[in-house]
Amino acid sequence: MPIATESRVVIVGAGAGGLTAAEALRNEGFTGPITLIGHEPHVPYHRPPLSKQVLTGEWTADRTHLLDATGLARLDLHLALGTRATALDITGRTVTAGGELIPYDRLIIATGVMARGLAGVRRLAGMHTLRTIDDAIALRADLEAARRVVVIGSGVLGSEIASAARKLGREVVLIGRSRAMRLGQVGDHLSAQIEQLHRDNGVAVRSGVTVTDAIGGPRVEGVALSDGSVVPADVVVVAVGGAPSTDWLAGSGLDIRDGVACDATGQAARDVYAVGDVARWCDEAGDAVPRAEHHLNAVEQALAVAHLLMTGKPSRAIIPFFWSELHGTRIQAYGRFASAVPLETIAGDPADHRFVAASRREGRITGVVGWNMPRDFRDARTLVDQSPAVTQEGVPS
Amino acid sequence: MQITVDRDTCAAAGQCASVASALFDQDEDGVVLLLNAEPSEAEEPFARRAASLCPARAIRLIEE
Repeated sequence: MPIATESRVVIVGAGAGGLTAAEALRNEGFTGPITLIGHEPHVPYHRPPLSKQVLTGEWTADRTHLLDATGLARLDLHLALGTRATALDITGRTVTAGGELIPYDRLIIATGVMARGLAGVRRLAGMHTLRTIDDAIALRADLEAARRVVVIGSGVLGSEIASAARKLGREVVLIGRSRAMRLGQVGDHLSAQIEQLHRDNGVAVRSGVTVTDAIGGPRVEGVALSDGSVVPADVVVVAVGGAPSTDWLAGSGLDIRDGVACDATGQAARDVYAVGDVARWCDEAGDAVPRAEHHLNAVEQALAVAHLLMTGKPSRAIIPFFWSELHGTRIQAYGRFASAVPLETIAGDPADHRFVAASRREGRITGVVGWNMPRDFRDARTLVDQSPAVTQEGVPS
Repeated sequence: MQITVDRDTCAAAGQCASVASALFDQDEDGVVLLLNAEPSEAEEPFARRAASLCPARAIRLIEE
């Protein structure tokens, strides 16, 4: 049932997911009150540049704002920044935030994730995680004076931070617990290429080892590894993933095991929806799929939930899109990638560091990935769109 | 509605050209090319979707 114009919409979380939901509701014609609650004091900002242009100093922090003051004012939101939500009452339909009870008719949860730390490892001065704009500014300042940087994490964030630190001319060691480098939904298919790209650009890659201790104090001087070695460092960045920000939902009755569990339309409970990194949507068959932590997933889910609220109609299944830029190489992926099936090159040549590769399952292309070949990659996307296996059945890996 | 694009910020993801091919294209390096800065009313939802789905937020829309 579409919402009435006088309905009160409350959105908890003022990142890309929360702001896009508000923006999309207005674009679809909703004129009722929207409250957008964000625990950070900053206006909504774009997270992807934090590990790229903000770290390298190419951008100042205000260039990351998702909307300028005029654009934000046009949305006519009740913006509650610097305000932390602490409880949800589904029966009474209220959120507690900043000590106040805020009633809602429809609630959208978009609280994202918090950066995980390293269990059992002391956190000394000079050790960082990167999730918020404040994190990025602090890390940027510390990188200025650093000579040797250790980055821990074999996912895309670790790779992007290593790439940014090299661009600043720092010595970089990238340490991963896993033997393989992972890249979003592409998984470890491109691990060898990514590792080579890092090495070609002067990053020392140490994979298959864990960090057992931080050396130094009060300021970090290095890390001790599980193979008995010690890597000296002036700055250490821990990029080992995020934990869904769901503490405030404890006791609400929502299923919050690894994020807020939702159906395939983003609904978590009556009049309660969740989008973005914090949300764990089912696929269309109703099967659980892993939570996606990516900017565009948050945007697509927010657009879909706004459309659902306004029209009562679900949107087409979201096809994951992922991109990154490492050492100037543009990597893009669209669709799903079965882990057991090797990629096929369909354009260019990996040996030339320019190629498009496809993941195929039962004769149908379920995903394509482009490596420094943006035009060919875009053409290849249409091959995925036409494949019903991706949109209707999902692809178990 | 008025569309502007920032070619320096563009990440060459091709999202815009995929969702609104009448308004956006890409050059040989994949960088955005704006085909029409003043979309018709019927094209406006496509322009909004392209702006939302731009990973670099390189598309700005000036409404009204």
